[in-house]
Amino acid sequence: MSESSASTLPPGRPSRQAFIHQESLSLDSSCFSSPPVTFLQELPSYRSIARKRTTILPRDKQSGTLLKPTDSYSSQLEGEITENLDNQSIRKYALNISEKRRLRDIQETQMRYLSEWDQWKRYSSKSWERFIEKAREMTTHLELWRKDIRSIEGKFGTGIQSYFSFLRFLVLLNLVIFLIIFMLVLLPVLLTRYKITNSSFVLIPSKGADIQCTVYPISSSGLIYFYSYIIDLLSGTGFLEDTCLFYGHYTIDGVKFQNFIYDLPLAYVLSTVAYLALSLLWIVKRSVEGFKSNLIRSEEHFQSYCNKIFAGWDFCITSRSVADLKHSSLRYELRADLEEERIRQKIAERTSEETIRIYSLRLFLNCIVLAVLAACFYAIYRATIFSQEHMKKEIDKMVFGENLLILYLPSIVITLANFITPIIFAKIIHYEDYSPGFEIRLTILRCVFMRLATICVLVFTLDSKITSCDNYPCELCGYNQKLYPCWETQVGQEMYKLMIFDLIIILAVTLFVDFPRKILVTYCSSWKLFQCWGQQEFAIPDNVLGIVYGQTICWIGAFFSPLLPAVATLKFIIIFYVKEISLLYTCRPSPRQFRASNSNFFFLLVLLIGLCLAIIPLTISIARIPSSKACGPFTNFNTTWEVVPKMVSTFPSSLQSLVHGITSEAFAVPFFMILCLVMFYFIALAGAHKRVVVQLREQLSLESRDKRYLIQKLTEAQRDMRNRLD
Amino acid sequence: MGGSGSRLSKELLVEYQDLTFLTKQEILLAHRWFCELLPQEHRSVEESLQARVSLEQILSLPELKRLIALHRAAVKIAMQSAWPSACNTANPFKERICRVFSTSPTRDSLSFEDFLDLLSVFSDTATPDIKSHYAFRIFDFDDDGTLNREDLSQLVNCLTGEGEDTRLSASEMKQLIDNILEESDIDRDGTINLSEFQHVISRSPDFASSFKIVL
Repeated sequence: MSESSASTLPPGRPSRQAFIHQESLSLDSSCFSSPPVTFLQELPSYRSIARKRTTILPRDKQSGTLLKPTDSYSSQLEGEITENLDNQSIRKYALNISEKRRLRDIQETQMRYLSEWDQWKRYSSKSWERFIEKAREMTTHLELWRKDIRSIEGKFGTGIQSYFSFLRFLVLLNLVIFLIIFMLVLLPVLLTRYKITNSSFVLIPSKGADIQCTVYPISSSGLIYFYSYIIDLLSGTGFLEDTCLFYGHYTIDGVKFQNFIYDLPLAYVLSTVAYLALSLLWIVKRSVEGFKSNLIRSEEHFQSYCNKIFAGWDFCITSRSVADLKHSSLRYELRADLEEERIRQKIAERTSEETIRIYSLRLFLNCIVLAVLAACFYAIYRATIFSQEHMKKEIDKMVFGENLLILYLPSIVITLANFITPIIFAKIIHYEDYSPGFEIRLTILRCVFMRLATICVLVFTLDSKITSCDNYPCELCGYNQKLYPCWETQVGQEMYKLMIFDLIIILAVTLFVDFPRKILVTYCSSWKLFQCWGQQEFAIPDNVLGIVYGQTICWIGAFFSPLLPAVATLKFIIIFYVKEISLLYTCRPSPRQFRASNSNFFFLLVLLIGLCLAIIPLTISIARIPSSKACGPFTNFNTTWEVVPKMVSTFPSSLQSLVHGITSEAFAVPFFMILCLVMFYFIALAGAHKRVVVQLREQLSLESRDKRYLIQKLTEAQRDMRNRLD
Repeated sequence: MGGSGSRLSKELLVEYQDLTFLTKQEILLAHRWFCELLPQEHRSVEESLQARVSLEQILSLPELKRLIALHRAAVKIAMQSAWPSACNTANPFKERICRVFSTSPTRDSLSFEDFLDLLSVFSDTATPDIKSHYAFRIFDFDDDGTLNREDLSQLVNCLTGEGEDTRLSASEMKQLIDNILEESDIDRDGTINLSEFQHVISRSPDFASSFKIVL
C-alpha cells in the first residue's frame, strides 16, 4: 500500500485495514517469535495504559479462551503476575473462574519461592481482607430497610430507588436532630423531673418585667367533651400545650447538678444552631459527589449521549412492564435530545423580530406566574389571620367540625394552593417555547419555590400578627400579649398542625383516591373511561417535593416545638411504608423516568433550598422578635439571641476580644474579599484546564494518526522482508 | 427449595469467595437457582458443577418458578422476582450476556461457574474496570474488538426496543451515532476501542448504578 493512498482514504477506512493487518500480523508473529504478543502492545502508549490497568488483559487474549491450548496462556499470565507482584486480588482480573483458578495456582507456587516473612505478610493481608469482608457483610444487615430498598431497586430501577434512599436519609437526619435536642435540652429536664439524678431546677429570677406580660392563662380544663381530646391531639392545644412537646414548657433557667449549673437557655439556642449546621453540612457532604458530576456534564452536554447509550439500560429491571417503560422512556429521551439540538440550531438562526416576540411573551407569562404566586400567598395570609382571630374567641361555642376547620384553615389553603398551582404552571410553560429539558426543570423549580415559600408566608404572617397590636401600645412587652401570651408555643402548634395535616393528606390520598382508582381500573376495565384514566403514576418530583416540604416544616418548627423532629421521624417512617405499598400495589411507575445521578443531586438541591428558606424565618424570630415574657427559657432576655452575647461576656478577656474581633466588620470584609479572590482564582484555573483539555485532545488525535501511519509502514516492511526470505 | 440436600462444600465456597466478588449468601443463592434448572436426579453438588444449562432453559426459569408457585403455596412471590435480571426476558441484552460469559465451545450455554462469573461482574462490589470491560464485550455485537457504527446502531435498537414502530428513524440514528462518536472517539478512527470506551465510562455518572444486578 502506498503512502499516498493511505492519506487520501476517508478517516474511517485506514484504521480498519490497519486492524486487519495487525490481526494477521499477530498470528504470523506468534509463529515466528515465542511471546504471543501483538506488537501494538509494545507501543509506549499501550504500555502506560497497561500499567495503569494491570487488571485488564487485552481483549484479544480472551476470545476463544477455551479453544486455545492453555500453555501459551499460563506463560503469559505468569508474566503478568511477575510483573505485578504487589499481590492484587485475583478476582479483579477479567477472566472466567477456571482461568482465575489457574492463575491462583500459579500465584501459590510462586509463593513458595518467597521468603517466610513475605509469605506471612501475604497470608496475613489475605486474612485481614477476608475479615473486612465479613465485617462489611455483617454491617449491611444493620442498614435500615436494606431489603425493601433493594427489592424496589430490583423491580423498578434505580430512579425510584433513589427516592426511597432519600426518604431513608431524611429519617436518619431527623433522628439525629432529635437526639441532639434530646441530649441538650430534654435530658437534663427529664432527669430532674423524675428525680433520677440528684439535681434541682433553677427557677427564673423575676426581673422587673411588667406583670401584665407574664400572664399566661393555660386553657382551664372545665367540662371537657370527648371530641376536644381529638382536637387537642390534632392541633397541639389543650392538654398537649403544656407538655415538653412545646417551647412554653421549658420555663426554667437551668438545672443544678451538685455544684454545676446547666444553662438551659444557652443549650436551647445552641441546639437550634447545631441542628441547622448539622443539616447543612450533611446535605452538602452528600451533594458534593452529585455536584461534581453535574458540573462535568453541564459543560455543553459533555458526554450526555454516551452516558445515555452506554449506561442507559438499568440492568436491575426485572419486570416486563417496567422494561417496556424503560424502552419508551429511553426512546423519548433520545428523541428529545436530538430535538433539542435541532431547536438550539433553530434558536441560533432566529431573527431579531422573533426573539423580541418570544421574550415579550415570556415576560408576560412570568408576570402571570408571579400573579398566581401572589394570589396564593395572599390567600394564605388571609386564611391565617382569619384562623388566628377566630380560634381563641369562639372555641367554646363551636361544634366539632367547624372548630377543626378553622384550626386547620391555613393548612387546607396551603395544600389547595400546592395542588392547583402546578397544574397552572404546567399549562403556562407550553407557551413559553423553551427546550423540553429546560421546560421540565423550570416547572419543577417553580413548584419548589411555591411549596416552600408558602410555609414562609405562613410564618411571616404569624410574625406580623404577633408583633402588631390593634389598640394598645406594644411597647410594654414588645409583642401582642393579649392574643399571644406565649407566641413561640403558638407558632410551634401551627407547625405541628401542618405536619399532622400533611401526613393525613398523604394517607388519605393513598387510601381513598389511589386504592379505589386501582380497583376501578382493574375490575371495570371494560369501561373506556377508566382505561383512559389508568392507574396513578408514581411521579418522583411530586413525591420528593412532598417530603422536602415536610422536612422544611420540621426545620422551622424544631425551635418552637423541640419534639417535632421525633414526630417527623415517625411520619417519614410511616410515609416510607405507605409509599412502598402504594408503589407495589396501586401505582405504576411514571413513563418519564429519572436517572439516579440526576435525581440524587436534584433531591439534595431542593432540600438545600428548603433549608435556606427555613433559616430565614428562624433567624428573624430568634434575633428580632422579642421573646415572650410569660413562658419559655428566655423570659429574662429581650430576644432569644441575647443569650449568646451574655455568655461571651463571661469569657476571659482575651477570648472575648478574639470573638469580638472575628465578628467585627474589620475582619469580615477582608475575609469576604479573600474568599472572592480564591474563588476567582479557581474559576480562572478551571478555564485554563478546559483549554488544555481541548489542546490535548487535538494532540491525541494527531498522535493516533501518526501511529496508524507507522503501523502501515511497518507491516509493509515486514511483508517485504518475508517475501525476500521466501 | 429444590437443592436442599446439595450444599456446596466449605472449601469450594471459600474458593468462590476468593475468585469472585460475591458473598457467601449470594453464592449459595446462585447455586440454589442453578440447581432448580437441572432435572431432579442430577442435583448433587458434583453434577451441578459439571452441568451446563442452555440459554433457553435459563430464560424459561421465571415461568418455571411460576408453575411451581402455583403448586406450592409456600413458595413466595419474592423468589420469582429474585431471579437475576440478566437472564430475565425483560433484559434486551440477555443473549449477548450469555454469549460473553459462556465458556462452552458453541457459546450458548452456561455452567455454574460461568453463572457465578456473570453475577460477580454485575455485583455491587465489582471494580469499575471489570464492569466496563465486560460492558464493552456485551456491546460489541460482532465480537471484533471495537465498537463500530453497526454495533452502535444495534445497541441503540436494543435500548429503544426492537419493534418497527419503536425504532429511531435512519436520520435520527445517524445524528445520534455521529454525536456518540464525536464524544467518545478520541483518535477519530471511526470506531470506539476498549480504552476509549473505558475512558468514557469512567466519566459517566450513571454507569456504576445501572450496570449491576440486585440479587
